[in-house]
Amino acid sequence: MADSIDVLATLKLVYGIYAFIAISLISWFGYRVTKPKDDDAGAKPALFWTYVVVLAVVGTGLHFLTYNSVPWVPIDLNRASIKADTVFDITYEDHQMSFSSFPMQVGCGEHVVFNATSNDLTYGFGIFRADHTMVAQMQVVPQSRNDLMWKFGKNGTYYIRSTEYSGPRGAKMVAQNAIVVTGCDQDDVRAVEIGEQ
Amino acid sequence: MSLISTLINGHEGGLKQDGMTPMQKIALRFVVLGVLYYGLAAIEGMMMRMVEITPVPFIDDAHFFSIMTVHPMVGIFGSTYMIVFGAFLFLVPFLMKKPIFSLKLANASWMLVGGGTLIMWLAGFVFSYAPLYTLYWPLPADFSQFAIIGGIVYVVGVALIMVGTFLYSYNIFKTIMYTPEGWDKQPSMELFKSAIGFTGLTNFFKKKKTEHLVDLPVAAISRGTIDVGLNAVVIMAAGVLLLIYMFGAAFGFNLEKTWVDALLYKNMFWWGLDLIADGLVLIFVAGTWYLLATAITGKKLFMQNIARAALFVEMVVSWTVWSHHLMSDQGQSNFLKVFSGEMVTALELITQGLAVYITLVTLSRARPLKMTNELKFLLGGLLGFMLAVPAGIIQADLGMNRILHNTQWIIGSHVHVAILVGLTMTLYSAIYFLLPIVTNGAKLYSQKLATAHFWLHIVGGIGMGSFMGMAGIDGMLRRSTYIDGEYNTYMILAGICGGLLLLAFFAFLFNVVMTVGVKGLIGIYSPAKINTRECVPAQQEA
Repeated sequence: MADSIDVLATLKLVYGIYAFIAISLISWFGYRVTKPKDDDAGAKPALFWTYVVVLAVVGTGLHFLTYNSVPWVPIDLNRASIKADTVFDITYEDHQMSFSSFPMQVGCGEHVVFNATSNDLTYGFGIFRADHTMVAQMQVVPQSRNDLMWKFGKNGTYYIRSTEYSGPRGAKMVAQNAIVVTGCDQDDVRAVEIGEQ
Repeated sequence: MSLISTLINGHEGGLKQDGMTPMQKIALRFVVLGVLYYGLAAIEGMMMRMVEITPVPFIDDAHFFSIMTVHPMVGIFGSTYMIVFGAFLFLVPFLMKKPIFSLKLANASWMLVGGGTLIMWLAGFVFSYAPLYTLYWPLPADFSQFAIIGGIVYVVGVALIMVGTFLYSYNIFKTIMYTPEGWDKQPSMELFKSAIGFTGLTNFFKKKKTEHLVDLPVAAISRGTIDVGLNAVVIMAAGVLLLIYMFGAAFGFNLEKTWVDALLYKNMFWWGLDLIADGLVLIFVAGTWYLLATAITGKKLFMQNIARAALFVEMVVSWTVWSHHLMSDQGQSNFLKVFSGEMVTALELITQGLAVYITLVTLSRARPLKMTNELKFLLGGLLGFMLAVPAGIIQADLGMNRILHNTQWIIGSHVHVAILVGLTMTLYSAIYFLLPIVTNGAKLYSQKLATAHFWLHIVGGIGMGSFMGMAGIDGMLRRSTYIDGEYNTYMILAGICGGLLLLAFFAFLFNVVMTVGVKGLIGIYSPAKINTRECVPAQQEA
């Protein structure tokens, strides 16, 4: 099962290649535009409409691609019809996080729900590995539903950090070793208990 | 001529004050203040870059986040609004060959936006008011973290900016629609319809097409100005709401947990903010590209009707696209996330992609072109949006947003590349283009400095955005501080690139000051000696 490391590595590669092409294209254009014209390339209607179709396909195709290849997208969209195996409640107040159980023990492949409630400000709920790469996050808005359903596919220990700014006092809201996942065949080598790295 | 003499009097005579029209002076007043505010935003940015590398003794968290609060406000309102307003208040009458509706309103606009920005900045600098520009409810009314006076000063500053913005918008539309003294009666309503795109829209359903009464750049300015006005309404409403809570707290009534639904507020506020981010920026920028491309080539714009239609689509898109900022809000409906957040946002790839294509083909058809400052900065601006818009489309995806929201990717690869490379380089192109027009032919002091400005800016801008983006991919948040050097490699590299941007700015500032002279710069704030509402002196027009 793909996780955020796989998806973000793909993003880095694909966007890096795209950026290189875009910079090269403009550099080449900058050179060519100072030279005399030898044809009318770029002005043909067929090329223009092909370009428009490519933009439309790329712009919308990305969403179909991620729906079919990124595991958390269908879970998010079909959230209402999936029964949670475990629900963890997290309460935010006065720039503190409190947990219904700590650490939160998660079985491999279970559908768990992190149900966050804020009693004052807008915060964030982010799950991170020991090397600080992000697993997932959501906003925690007061008076609103903030429940993230997630399925872990690797063993590991993760920390929670508020990902949204809630004033200077909330700049470093962290709960170390807050989630422990067990029972998988594979270990998340980046997600080790902090203090035992 | 000695360096000191050139610094005081300008290059080859500098700015010739006596022959300047009031409108030329007003345009320069806007632009000079806008450039200075850009410098302030750049210095603030570098201060934050330093903190992201290592804790700095005189910048604690409260100070850091107050800088983060005013930095984008100074950059957008103090700098971008000022430069754009100055350029467009000059260009609309200039392109329509009619006098501006009101010089008084134009003068009031730069004073209000410039003064309001200073007051808003003082709220952060003096009172450490730091709810960030997003103002997520109820943080701006959290008076256990912020002083009430700081909030009141902040709101007063922003309100002045918005009043200046209303005056600008009114002046632009009145200039398009009114009948100057001694002219034949102008078809006000037809001009208005043409300006906002209604004529173009109805033309789709007509066999006999109605002629467009305003040029494409003026149409772009009008459509962006509508978003400017709507945004000002939303921000003013938020300001009034804040004032109610602040005065309540000042008189002992804590309203913090009453009355306002945080998610609904967030929707409304982002609807308004996106009119800037996804509306006027993209519309104004596309319009400026078209204007610059036709001015540089001296030829008609390629596929002009498609360009007009794309601008209209972009305006409508900007009204319906806000939900991509709420894709990590679980209370937001899936319909809004998918329809507004993903699908409508994807249209921006098409509208902006069309603008890039049309501009490049217009330039290409006029080959060979000389690589002037305006052309090279225009190409830089195009590249900026070619990089930043796809980055935005990527993060406006349900799968990607779950792991990118609020990371440095958003603010680096998307926002800073869009603003610093795309928008700012487009504005620099416009400044280099307009400089001889608004100064009655002042000669640039140094081409070498202009070239250095270009390379330092483009390498610094793309470099900084890229390293921030890579840090974001590795999990670095955008509104948090890191004290253990977790992302030091990326942050040092981003800091070096930020330094290049700052150097670029100083090269540009020095070049402009040497071109017009300190006397010339001060002189633009004195009254014009020519009494006319025309844009340029009669002999230059001829």
